[in-house]
Amino acid sequence: MPVRTVRSVGPTLRPARRAVWYSLLLAPFAGLLWVPFYNRVQPELAGIPYFYWYQFGWIGVSAAITAIVYFATRGDDEGK
Amino acid sequence: MSGVNSPALAVFGAIFVLVTGVGFVASRWRRGDLDQLHEWGLAGRRFGTAVTWFLLGGDLYTAYTFMAVPALVFGAGALGYFAVPYTVITYPFVFVVMPRMWSVSHKHGYITAADFVRGRFGSSSLALAIAVTGILATMPYIALQLVGIQVVLGAMGVEGTGWMADLPLIIAFVILAAYTYQGGLRAPALIAIVKDAIIYVTVIAAVVIVPLKLGGYAAIFQAVPAKKLLLTPPGPNDAGQYGAYASLALGSALALFLYPHSMTGVLSSSGRSVIRRNAAMLPAYSFLLALIAALGTMAIASGVEKNPAYAHGFARYHANFAVPALFLSAFPDWFAGFAFASIAVGALVPAAIMSIAASNLFTRNIYKEYLRPECHGKEEATVAKLVSLVVKFGALAFIVVGPAEYAIQLQLLGGVWILQTFPAIILGLYTRWLHRWALFAGWAAGMGVGTWMVAVQGFRGTVYPLHVGHSTWPAYAAVWALLANLAVAVFGSAVLVRAGVARGKDATHERDYGSW
Repeated sequence: MPVRTVRSVGPTLRPARRAVWYSLLLAPFAGLLWVPFYNRVQPELAGIPYFYWYQFGWIGVSAAITAIVYFATRGDDEGK
Repeated sequence: MSGVNSPALAVFGAIFVLVTGVGFVASRWRRGDLDQLHEWGLAGRRFGTAVTWFLLGGDLYTAYTFMAVPALVFGAGALGYFAVPYTVITYPFVFVVMPRMWSVSHKHGYITAADFVRGRFGSSSLALAIAVTGILATMPYIALQLVGIQVVLGAMGVEGTGWMADLPLIIAFVILAAYTYQGGLRAPALIAIVKDAIIYVTVIAAVVIVPLKLGGYAAIFQAVPAKKLLLTPPGPNDAGQYGAYASLALGSALALFLYPHSMTGVLSSSGRSVIRRNAAMLPAYSFLLALIAALGTMAIASGVEKNPAYAHGFARYHANFAVPALFLSAFPDWFAGFAFASIAVGALVPAAIMSIAASNLFTRNIYKEYLRPECHGKEEATVAKLVSLVVKFGALAFIVVGPAEYAIQLQLLGGVWILQTFPAIILGLYTRWLHRWALFAGWAAGMGVGTWMVAVQGFRGTVYPLHVGHSTWPAYAAVWALLANLAVAVFGSAVLVRAGVARGKDATHERDYGSW
């Protein structure tokens, strides 16, 4: 059986708080894998159909979410 | 097309010479003892945030990606855009999972994912399965990089007959092989910086200049036939493309970092936080890829396919010629040469890293494990260097001798295969409840199911329509195969644990994985 011990050294967030931050990372999956959300032409943005600008927009949103989670949980990596 | 496009070829040649120089200088960059495998094959695990960003960007977004994604959009329309959700969702996943892989590998000196599986589950057979899958998936991928170079050379009118036809390709590869042999991972890392600069310039120029010529983005999308503009929704007589689109995105996203060359990029970084920062920064390349996908839409709208000047190219390279044709029609010759150089250099970086990753796998998990257990240090590094040559020239022979279709079909299969290493590698980072023999059986089931699903479609596509009762569920074969794999692994583990069959010895410890 696997051996269980205490977690690593260093200033770490309580697991519950970290789980809340990490759960934000599920948003891009929800926003992009359910196709009926966005398989439409309207509303257009400067002549670009929704299908395209919605998905392009998620690139920036997802990067921003990842960056926020990184800064919020940064203490975990100290000393590594 | 007749005759050689001299201005384009001159610019192309100049950039190639520059890159060759950079490749040979690289062995002296951040000097280390290149007779050690972790120095040659992982550049000493010292790459910081910026270099890792260039390296992974140059590694994951290959020349073939830049050609195949717009080609798919050009041929299939909206479905080809699955590359956008795919490269978005892969990074949150990497952010969570890959720091654990880095920590445990750093602690135990693992150089490949198969090293980790061997340590975690105490099974060299399971590690062999992981290593062989990685090598099989990588080889055709390297071959496809050559297809990328072939297409742009053809677009500049460089095409001969017989042996002469492949001579430029052979020269390019001999040079690539020489500096990879000498400098190891340092060579593609340094070249990646040059590659990225010219590719960003090319793509940004294209998404500004082409719409100007075609009357703006609104006009471009209006020129796209309705059938290609959106995905087909599910209807009474049609299962639609939703399942295919979402499963292609998810399956590809989970598979991306299982490829040996991605793992090499992750493990060569200097720490967990480098990987986490890169997960937030690599989407810059996803944005680039989205713009490149849009080039496929622009190629539809521009009607290059009907231009007699490009009929020869389309006849020879099919949809892969869409972007080169678009560049030739929209850019002055010298800048088309610059753009083509970005694709060719974009082929060299991943080809180098893939060959290094495949030779790391062979050296660590086959040669040292089964042939010469006492092999260490210099011998290990020498074997890896020689194998990297064999891998590259194997890929070259594959392209020169056989038709490009074989490489394309094998690469499609490779994507299906590599995802079958998910349970052992990724779930293995979190739990060792899964039994080594059940994981092995699951892997075999996934490989079998996936290969069969692609084979029954004549190796042309990877979307398999599963019939359940009266309904049809089309989805990426890799995902169906992974479900079969997981079912066997979980059920098999329950049976084996109950039967009291011994687990392998776990060489790792919970604290080796870092926090989370």
